[in-house]
Amino acid sequence: MSSDKKEVDCGRRNLVFATAAVGGVATVATAVPFLASMSPSERAKAAGAPVEADISNLSPGEMMRIEWRGKPVWIIRRTKEMLESLGKINDRLSDPASKRPMQPEYAKNEARSIKPEYLVVVGICTHLGCSPTDKFKTGAESGINADWPGGFLCPCHGSLFDLAGRVYKSMPAPDNLEVPPHYYLSDTRILIGEDKA
Amino acid sequence: MASTNFEKHKPDGSLAGNVLEWIDARFPLTANWKAHLSEYYAPKNFNFWYFFGSLALLVLVMQIVTGIFLVMHYKPDASLNAAGVPVAFASVEYIMRDVPWGWLIRYMHSTGASAFFVVVYLHMFRAMLYGSYRKPRELLWIFGVLIYLCLMAEAFAGYLLPWGQMSYWGAQVILNLFSAIPFIGNDLALWIRGDYVIADATLNRMFAFHVIAIPLALLGLVAAHILALHEVGSNNPDGIEIKKHKDPQTGIPLDGIPFHPYYTVKDIVGVVVFLAVFSIIVFFAPEMGGYFLEYNNFIPADPLVTPPHIAPVWYFTPFYSILRANTVNFFWIDAKLWGVIFMGLGVMVLFFLPWLDRSPAKSIRYRGPIYKSALAIFIVAFFILGYLGMQAPTPVYTIISQVCTVIYFLFFLLMPWYTRIDKCKPEPERVTK
Repeated sequence: MSSDKKEVDCGRRNLVFATAAVGGVATVATAVPFLASMSPSERAKAAGAPVEADISNLSPGEMMRIEWRGKPVWIIRRTKEMLESLGKINDRLSDPASKRPMQPEYAKNEARSIKPEYLVVVGICTHLGCSPTDKFKTGAESGINADWPGGFLCPCHGSLFDLAGRVYKSMPAPDNLEVPPHYYLSDTRILIGEDKA
Repeated sequence: MASTNFEKHKPDGSLAGNVLEWIDARFPLTANWKAHLSEYYAPKNFNFWYFFGSLALLVLVMQIVTGIFLVMHYKPDASLNAAGVPVAFASVEYIMRDVPWGWLIRYMHSTGASAFFVVVYLHMFRAMLYGSYRKPRELLWIFGVLIYLCLMAEAFAGYLLPWGQMSYWGAQVILNLFSAIPFIGNDLALWIRGDYVIADATLNRMFAFHVIAIPLALLGLVAAHILALHEVGSNNPDGIEIKKHKDPQTGIPLDGIPFHPYYTVKDIVGVVVFLAVFSIIVFFAPEMGGYFLEYNNFIPADPLVTPPHIAPVWYFTPFYSILRANTVNFFWIDAKLWGVIFMGLGVMVLFFLPWLDRSPAKSIRYRGPIYKSALAIFIVAFFILGYLGMQAPTPVYTIISQVCTVIYFLFFLLMPWYTRIDKCKPEPERVTK
């Protein structure tokens, strides 16, 4: 085609478009395996098996940490006073009735647990994933405030949680701490990561 | 006119001249030397603030060189060794204790990261002082902000590599920011991490980003930044265009001097002073009291326990404060998402600076009292945000950080209005001393 001709050769132009479109599709298709290679591998997916916790040595007012799917899971054995404090602060909590689905149905109660005495929660703040610190001392001694009934403080952004892992109002964290699926194998053994069949 | 390179470049008889002509006939060596150094005319009135561009280049080279030597010994591996220590953490300790001069190379690299942000922040402040982002340098500024973004990504990825407590929990917080995005957030965070938690997969990809992907992007952007600068010419402390007054015979700006030798020699003075200060820090205070290397990062990563106080390294803290300042659920959006949005906007707003500023004068020398006050208040607020970002949150600190966050954004959002009503002095025709 001579260069001084102003007319466009529509056939060739369409061919250029078609070639560019096919090339574009091939480019996108080639990107897929590379992007997909960054998602969790089969090995990472398989590593999420449930874990068993032995709570026979846990005394009242204490907590233990175990690892499930790389995350800390806390088991807290609450005293009578701790359980009584739960009902008194509902007006200061963001979601006191646990309406948002941060727990299995069997833990949707004031104590957020199967047995009120034992709380099982994932110890990961729902804000940005730090692990909150336990602040079980009450009142001014806690360093938080004078009428602190005990609970958890996230060191990263200051979110406060009560002794049932429920978040206080006006905190960076939007939700209560997550209660993982779990059930009691016996009185002293809990299986974390699975609902009772 | 010579029609080919070979006719243009004839040997002059001397050996050096012959070699140069041989190259120039095949590669534009002399032409580039002239265009970017010996015949690049920069304003003659550069002051102290103009050291930081070349210093940033120096630090970039230093980071690349020290980085190459660190990679020879570092292992991106989160599994535990026989002693129960993560391999990555142990390999950094190995560099510090067993590799000959490894401590020096590692401290140069870790101090270099902070030094990079020091010179880049001063370089950006220079642009705000003298209006260097204004027309025709908008694209130059945008390349600069992109470099800043790349630097932040580079520093973040690099900070994960020692696999200490701060590496781990800092990455946990920052990567969880993505999960705040509605609908796709959780899947996006999962895809970035490559696992359900920060794990070996995350460490390895951050290593890939830190040593290959981001440095390549950074080098390309730096080249674009310099090419754009040499296309439009450098701004100067008077904020006026030296190209308006050219010698009629030569076409050279009357207030311009060749970059080489004048500014290469001037910059060497800056390099000497910089390296003296840098060496003092590397040799006597490489941790800088926990500001350059945080103490918690000398503890191996523990996925079960967050350290009682976690804070990012100093150069991220102003934006971290903005993130934390958002504590109220507003409309139907969580405080968490607002925090992420405002932190993102805090950086993104920089891109729009060339169009937000409507002042008739570019340089602070000829601007009125309103802009001078606004800039001063902005800098103070930025420093306060930076300080608060390192502190544990308290109710009072949260309120102060909220006030400073508002000031930060008002500085930019009200700029079109207050720069227009400001009483500016007339700019001079030619540069002053």
